[in-house]
Amino acid sequence: MLPILQIGPLALQTPGLMYLLGLWFGLSLAEKFAPRRGISPDALYNLVFTGLIAGIVGARLGYVLLNAGAFLASPLSLISLNPGLLDPFSGFAAALMAALIYGARKKLGFWNALDALTPFFAVFMIGAALANIASGAAFGLETSLPWGIELWGAKRHPTQFYELGGAIVILLWLGRLSKGPELPSGRLFLVFLALTAGARLFFEAFRGDSALILGGIRVAQVIAWLALAGALWGLARQK
Amino acid sequence: MKLNQPVLTRFFYGFILLAGLFWIWRSAVPQSATTGGEIPAPQAGFLAPDFTLNTLEGKTVTLSDLRGRVVLLNIWASWCPPCRAEMPAMQRVWEEYQEQGVMVLAVNSTVQDTPADAQNFVNENNLTFPIPLDISGEVTRLYRVSSLPTSFFIGADGIIREVVIGGPMAEALLYSRIEQLLKETR
Repeated sequence: MLPILQIGPLALQTPGLMYLLGLWFGLSLAEKFAPRRGISPDALYNLVFTGLIAGIVGARLGYVLLNAGAFLASPLSLISLNPGLLDPFSGFAAALMAALIYGARKKLGFWNALDALTPFFAVFMIGAALANIASGAAFGLETSLPWGIELWGAKRHPTQFYELGGAIVILLWLGRLSKGPELPSGRLFLVFLALTAGARLFFEAFRGDSALILGGIRVAQVIAWLALAGALWGLARQK
Repeated sequence: MKLNQPVLTRFFYGFILLAGLFWIWRSAVPQSATTGGEIPAPQAGFLAPDFTLNTLEGKTVTLSDLRGRVVLLNIWASWCPPCRAEMPAMQRVWEEYQEQGVMVLAVNSTVQDTPADAQNFVNENNLTFPIPLDISGEVTRLYRVSSLPTSFFIGADGIIREVVIGGPMAEALLYSRIEQLLKETR
């Protein structure tokens, strides 16, 4: 748990750095494998950056619309670098739309493009886990198990490390899978989605910060279950 | 009839989904179990660690006395450029929201500053919210401040809602977060 890395006068925010590293390594790995899917590294790079830029702009616009009063009082905040002024849902929707439009124009093929992006997604999940380790977010429930870690005033499940372990195993699994015989279009992505959703469904149970709905059910588990069901349905149809 | 591969696979998937449903049911917890609740820690979801400090004006401020009010706790030093940059916005927020019960506490990390420099900066910028002096560095340590400025948005229940490390915070960030916290209180 090291939110700030002090290098001389420079204070680096480690969680942000981990996301950036995830992005960079993920993109490099995906570029290497894209030609196998008939997608040039350039097209893949452009696809990711179109999505990213649309995502950032969309997230800011979404936040501005939801909090118009705050921005009327200080219009300069529109271009502020504060990551707190982003609405994740708007960002995700804008990124998805921009990527779909770019992919359709370049005729990348929906499932092909998702397969080509899968190494990027898988590495990015490792970056996200490292970011949580750095910030101490996504912390666990209290536990008396011997591998519990001292965090935020209690001995807790090291959920950030469970997450990291899961993400590494998934990346290795996908690596093995892509070394084997040629896969049907979409298989690699669906396997990634099923494994990632499954891992989240399992590990979320140890989290100490879950959002809950009625009956103390954890929202993230419900979403993960739906994603898992969708991925398995897709995989079953492929046979 | 011999089961073929696809049928077996579908059974396996179905079993996984059922196991998933069982796991969701098994891992349900009481509504209050998934935040830090009453444990004091400088993290979102936890009780803001309590402290008592003297302000530049010589008054005493205790954080827990402010329960029932939305608090913006900012930790700063006069030599830190982003800290200086966000102070005018905090002053405007203070002027606009103090009547609605919002408290702005700008704790000067005096352990790495001097009261005279803090006073000069406050005078230059006509800051009117309280400036508690953390002379021993106790609050800076308690809140694990490793980068200046660091700000904590604290709800009326005394629970930290958000930690913002670094700055300057945009004025819209201050407005939108405080509006949100006030909405929760109403």
